[in-house]
Amino acid sequence: MGILEVQNVGKRFGGLQALQDVNLSVKENTIHAIIGPNGAGKSTLLNCLVGKLFPDSGTVQFDGNSVLGRSPYEINQMGISRVFQTPEIFGDLSVMENMMIPIFAKRDGSFSLDALSDFMKHKDIVEGAEKILEEMNMSNKQGMQASSMSRGDKRRLEIGMCLSQEPRLLLLDEPTAGMARADTNNTIDLLKQIGNERDITIAIIEHDMHVVFSLADRITVLAQGTPLVEDVPDKIKGHPKVKEAYLGETAH
Amino acid sequence: MDQIILQVLNGLDKGSAYALIALGLTLIFGTLGVVNFAHGALFMLGAFCAITFSRILSLSHVVIDETQKDFLGNPLKVDVPHIYDWFGESAGQAIINWSVPLAILFAIPVMIIIGVIMERGLIKHFYKRPHADQILVTFGLAIVLQEIVKYYFGANQIPNPAPEAFIGSFDFGAAIGLKAGTIIYPYWRIVYFCFAMLLIGSVFAFLQFTTFGMVVRAGMADRETVELLGINIDKRFTIMFGVAAAVAGLAGVMYTPINPPNYHMGMDFLVISFVVVVVGGMGSLPGAVAAGLLLGILESFASMRQVIEALPGINQVVIYLAAIVILLTRPRGLMGRKGVMED
Amino acid sequence: MLGLNRKDASLLIIVAILVALAPVLLNPFPEQSGLAQFNAGYPDLMQRFVIFGIFAIGFNILFGLTGYLSFGHAAFLGAGSYAGVWMLKLLTINVIPAIIISTAVAGIFALIIGFISLRRSGIYFSILTLAFAQMSFALAASVLTPITGGETGLQTALDDPRILDGANATGNIPAPSIFGLQMGDSIQLSLGGWLWTFNVGYYLAALVMLSAFYLAIRIFRSPFGIMLRAIKSNQQRLNYTGLNTKPYMLACFVISGMYAGLAGGLMVSMDPLAGAERMQWTASGEVVLMTILGGVGTLIGPVLGAGLIKYFENIFSKINDNLLHKWFAFMPDGAEDFIVSIIYPFVGKGWHLTLGLIFMAVIIFLPGGLVELGQKVAYIFKKKNPTPTSTPNTKPAE
Repeated sequence: MGILEVQNVGKRFGGLQALQDVNLSVKENTIHAIIGPNGAGKSTLLNCLVGKLFPDSGTVQFDGNSVLGRSPYEINQMGISRVFQTPEIFGDLSVMENMMIPIFAKRDGSFSLDALSDFMKHKDIVEGAEKILEEMNMSNKQGMQASSMSRGDKRRLEIGMCLSQEPRLLLLDEPTAGMARADTNNTIDLLKQIGNERDITIAIIEHDMHVVFSLADRITVLAQGTPLVEDVPDKIKGHPKVKEAYLGETAH
Repeated sequence: MDQIILQVLNGLDKGSAYALIALGLTLIFGTLGVVNFAHGALFMLGAFCAITFSRILSLSHVVIDETQKDFLGNPLKVDVPHIYDWFGESAGQAIINWSVPLAILFAIPVMIIIGVIMERGLIKHFYKRPHADQILVTFGLAIVLQEIVKYYFGANQIPNPAPEAFIGSFDFGAAIGLKAGTIIYPYWRIVYFCFAMLLIGSVFAFLQFTTFGMVVRAGMADRETVELLGINIDKRFTIMFGVAAAVAGLAGVMYTPINPPNYHMGMDFLVISFVVVVVGGMGSLPGAVAAGLLLGILESFASMRQVIEALPGINQVVIYLAAIVILLTRPRGLMGRKGVMED
Repeated sequence: MLGLNRKDASLLIIVAILVALAPVLLNPFPEQSGLAQFNAGYPDLMQRFVIFGIFAIGFNILFGLTGYLSFGHAAFLGAGSYAGVWMLKLLTINVIPAIIISTAVAGIFALIIGFISLRRSGIYFSILTLAFAQMSFALAASVLTPITGGETGLQTALDDPRILDGANATGNIPAPSIFGLQMGDSIQLSLGGWLWTFNVGYYLAALVMLSAFYLAIRIFRSPFGIMLRAIKSNQQRLNYTGLNTKPYMLACFVISGMYAGLAGGLMVSMDPLAGAERMQWTASGEVVLMTILGGVGTLIGPVLGAGLIKYFENIFSKINDNLLHKWFAFMPDGAEDFIVSIIYPFVGKGWHLTLGLIFMAVIIFLPGGLVELGQKVAYIFKKKNPTPTSTPNTKPAE
């Protein structure tokens, strides 16, 4: 029984069957990659996992509880954090404030009408943020406005914001899309390190196969809305069905 | 039955004014992506084009009329509009009498020029800024425009009568076989409605059947692709802004006999027009027209005596109430497209 | 001090000193001099400065922090005003219950309108608030006449019940007061050619304004305030960070509405008359102008903006052509007439035009308003530290 169990999930947009009979089980404390060519339904699947879309059929369970019908913030409070394709951070706020908000959300829940205390005087939150910034190698950027950083730094910040909540499951949506080679490698290293050092399950949605081979413990290949194969990276590499999916019908 | 027909008719002329302003507003929003709070001011400027035009027509010089004497026995001085000298007295009188419809010819170039100057001079710099900024800067522009008009024309309403041929009312009831005198409808309102439909029709035809319109529509749907094809979409959008300004201006010109214009009429109409656009669906041209007519009719039904007795005050709020209900039940309005104005 | 950091505390102290000395500072010209008409230090106007300051501070909590542009905030000002007058009529001529109830009633009103309007964002939110405010205005002016006094407005009368004071059937209509001190009471101090008026109503309003300002600083610095700024910055990320944006927005909207109600309550405490036009959308537009002119998202900006607009409305608007001719009398006749004819449209009755132009200039060139202007000027003088970051966010809001 994995920490994330997807069973028979289907989703249709008008005439397009985006997902069909998707079954997926992500084991605790592993790095699980979901790959597939463009239009395979990866993003749709991810959106079903985080409450943005409601599947037509099937169930999605996280640690034994259904996530379906819950809002993104409730799913986050269950212990799932999400990293977006383009870094989603609070661009107008400082790096420090960016890092403090998720810790505050973890401590005080989804809403707190604390309109009188000074945010910067919440010692535990400040310390927590400083710690994670150091871990992300960003201590020197505390006072910067987040939107003024490089894309790679924004990505690090976003991952840091997710980790600061100590989630049980970290979902990443093409975390290296649009990145330069060096930034991509840094990000891969960072994720490896996180996977090794923390008690965390990571699920990555990725278009680029090469990113995940060195990273993932298990890989699921999605094509035309259904899982094709699921196996360890070495087995996936030469798998004929995977080649077929990526190269298209010409392989017939 | 006659009551219903009467209310529908009453709603149509106000509704067509709403529709015309909302159409221009949507055109600007759909093409340029700009929320234009100064659009009501364009409507107002159009109305004052009509006033200016009729004042130009009646510019006079003093002539001493030997045939008439005043009470002291001196020859009477009469003001003779220049136009009498040019076209003869009877033709001149006819021209002055028909000043409102003729003002259309005057207003079209003026409004297009105002629109183009506005777009090139101000709006252009706000394409990439947030919608709130666009609302605010055009709100500021509206204040400036109406204050300028107030300075030159004063704060009072200025009457501007319709041609004599259209003064009076048409007995609609008698015409369709109901009792005479039950459905009385002023001629000019019929003219206004027909004019509005004609104008709306021409805008749609222009967009639908000309190459220019086709490119603009393509640009509305996907600006980047059209630009990639090497078409200068900016220039066309500027022209569309001019067209939208002209549509609002003409709506204003023809509205002067119905409601004598004053400097803040634009603001009064703007609020309702925005409601109309949102009800119709942001960015949908047919939606704007349909919602304009619909809300106009709804408003006049709500003004019926029986309705007011049942629901006091409903006539004052029905438009807003309809807007709230529609926005909450159909978030994109009646005919709105997906993804327009959604964060 | 008071739980504020040094910078905020010194800002509060400076504002407090300026407000306390306003009757002196705003009357820089001797009573008999020709410039005395530019003195703004009379009670009626000073009351308006601080009351509209409160209104703008409250509006800024909503628009400045979250970027949600409400075009219907005057509805809460109006609701607060009506509630205030009713308290003065029914309960007591003492203004304290009136002010408290105004705030509470506006809060409830804001809760209802906010609950519905906040289901949409962006321009749809603006239109919804506008629609609600226009509805309130139309109803207040017509059907609700028994409650609102219709177009003549609601005011206190001699035979009001006033449960706590006891109705008096003779004499004058009692003036609003606080524990016996009437709002209109003043101490006048004449020194040299100068005349200064220290007015009870003004100081009460000023005290309330300072508390409201203090509270706003606390809100800006609190976790709640940071979350509101995060909503403006990236609502999606906030949702995925486990925070429910809806109650945050609603709480913010209600707080903002309560500020407006407080302003309305103070307004009727100074002059117990509430009219429907106070709810009209142009009144909502005015508070938008104030906030943006002063500096949206900044602490002190809205107060400055409110002061500027009220100064324009009451003082600048008094400049007429006679006065202009007097000023430019030193010029040769032709030049004098020419200059006057150029300036005249922009002053006196044309003050709206100048205001509109300044407003547009601010939006185009100075999104941070007067506060940003001040910072730029300060920077030119200092030429030291090029980061004017004390405004939390000078970026225009969506």
